[in-house]
Amino acid sequence: MPYTRRALAVLWKDLLTERRSKESLNALLFFSLLLLFIFQFALGPDRDRIRVALPGLLWLGLILAGLLGLGRTFVVERDNDCWEGLRLTPGDKSAIYLGKLLGNFTLMLVVEMLLLASFGLFYDVALGPALASLCIVLLLGTVGLAAVGTLFGAMTAQLRARELLFPVLLLPAQVPILLATVSLTEAALLGQPLGEVSHWLKLLAGADVVYVVIGVMTFEFILDA
Amino acid sequence: MIAASSLRKAYGPSVVLHDISLQLAGGECLALLGPNGSGKTTLLRILATLLRPSSGALSIGGVDALRDPGAVRAIIGMVGHGSYVYPDLTAVENLRFWTVMGGGDATHERLIAALQQVELDAAAHDRVRTFSAGMKRRLALARVVLGRARLLLLDEPFTELDQRGRKWLSEFLLAFKAGGGTVVLATHSLGSGLGVADRVAILHGTRLIVDRPCSDLSWEELRKLYDSLTEAQEATA
Amino acid sequence: MTRVLGWLAVCALIMGLVADFGWAPREMTQGNVQRIMYLHVPSILTAYLAFALVLLGSVAYLLSRRASWDHLAASAAEIGVLFTAITIVSGSIWGRPTWGVWWTWDARLTSTAVLLLVYVGYLLLRAMVDEPEARARYAAVVGILGAANIPIVHFSVYWWRALHQPAAMLGPGRAPMPGWMKAVVLVNWIAFTLLFAYFVSRRMQIARLEEQA
Repeated sequence: MPYTRRALAVLWKDLLTERRSKESLNALLFFSLLLLFIFQFALGPDRDRIRVALPGLLWLGLILAGLLGLGRTFVVERDNDCWEGLRLTPGDKSAIYLGKLLGNFTLMLVVEMLLLASFGLFYDVALGPALASLCIVLLLGTVGLAAVGTLFGAMTAQLRARELLFPVLLLPAQVPILLATVSLTEAALLGQPLGEVSHWLKLLAGADVVYVVIGVMTFEFILDA
Repeated sequence: MIAASSLRKAYGPSVVLHDISLQLAGGECLALLGPNGSGKTTLLRILATLLRPSSGALSIGGVDALRDPGAVRAIIGMVGHGSYVYPDLTAVENLRFWTVMGGGDATHERLIAALQQVELDAAAHDRVRTFSAGMKRRLALARVVLGRARLLLLDEPFTELDQRGRKWLSEFLLAFKAGGGTVVLATHSLGSGLGVADRVAILHGTRLIVDRPCSDLSWEELRKLYDSLTEAQEATA
Repeated sequence: MTRVLGWLAVCALIMGLVADFGWAPREMTQGNVQRIMYLHVPSILTAYLAFALVLLGSVAYLLSRRASWDHLAASAAEIGVLFTAITIVSGSIWGRPTWGVWWTWDARLTSTAVLLLVYVGYLLLRAMVDEPEARARYAAVVGILGAANIPIVHFSVYWWRALHQPAAMLGPGRAPMPGWMKAVVLVNWIAFTLLFAYFVSRRMQIARLEEQA
């Protein structure tokens, strides 16, 4: 199917570029490690305080990484006039959106896994029993972040005030995702089975669906004249 | 192939193109002349459906380009000022990406053959970051070679090409026309472009003031006309 | 047409003020401060109307590419932000003597604040895009996403509050409203809607003129 081919071509191109230039991934991974220290310094040496705040810190860290990483998602296109080249391609432009979304999702997932692992290590938190639940929350939360981030990243790539506008647009849209993922993470770390907080799961999944659908339907308007 | 009538493009109060109408049949090549800043690129971009005109009608290949730009894009190949290359990918990889995105068949043989045509096969596996401007321009042309375009829109394609490159491009365009393809070539210098053109048009002061078949004009006449216009423009500038 | 709207709005507002201060009796538990509700509730209702219009204008613009839909969306967003701000400020002023704090992370107040943030972001985007056609398209996409997000935000904020703090205090208007109170709110709501319509109409005129300049 040509649609799928094109989406996968975009994904392939992004992964290849990232692997060669290593621009985003290295910086993001290092940034995530830095956050560990920043959070520790901001909240003080009291280990319990950090432990209580842990779910929030985890997702705060991901959102901060997302602001950095996702804002740049279309910059390579802009810098090399490839944006125009993409505009000239025939067919449904939403394939480009999905390809980019998959790439961004992968990138953010890698960052989040590092964040989770290092939190467990540095803040001495037992992740083992909660791991399965945490993974589900991770996946769902990252989809929501990547979906809106890719859409707004495309929009702001062409603007001169990109660094300011991207966070301003992204953060309000992330409020429900943040609330849901933090509540779910909290529940998971307390050992609660996810079934008990299934309303949050449904909200998160529902939000993800809404964001991806809107992204698919409106992406061509961002690209088009 | 192209039927444009009364195209107008204005950015607020400043008018870039005023009442442009032109017709181009399949298998013809139009050379669009004009000094820098005359709106050639704008007109070309409107023809490529990258820009919407402020008013007017445009039909390409029988399709209303303003209502259904997506259908038109499938038959257009554009080589503009930008090179559309990803610097961290090799020439082959760039070509593969754009061919797949254009819906074409991206087998390795076809990609290498296209690179051979533009004499980039030696650098096929080098990263484009290392390419010179001329090489990037040739890569863009390779992309067009692989495409299934019936209309080519070229913006100053002969610049940054050496003598051999220009010869190759002229031959390629002639062959393309012979196969029924249509070409619009924008340039600010009366050089290689005229060798392949069937018609010539001059854009001056936001209007299209000349639009005649090449057979009508002799080279000297054209040269005189064009030079007088450029001088007039420089005088008023 | 706009002028008629303007005069109607003025008349309705005067009637509203009379109803607020002259006709409505002093509320028993909260005293005269409660009268702010006649500003607070109609404001948020008008804001919701505004953001519904933003959604309408955004979708209609993307489908038709007619600039007047974009003008509608932009104007409605500006006035909507104004009314949302009025809602929050009046809620805050009401809260101070009633609960002793200027701000509380109460569900309704919080989700209204998030609403404000979404549409201020919309306006910031518009301010930072120079090219009018691109501006209209981008704003439309943000408008659509913002509107779709509103119900999701509502639920998430309510559940968040429920998890952390059972409803210890009665939020404004949570108690059932007596008939006369509803009537006064209605009068004010009609006045605000007329005022909103007048503002939007004027703002759209300005937008049309700006475009031609």
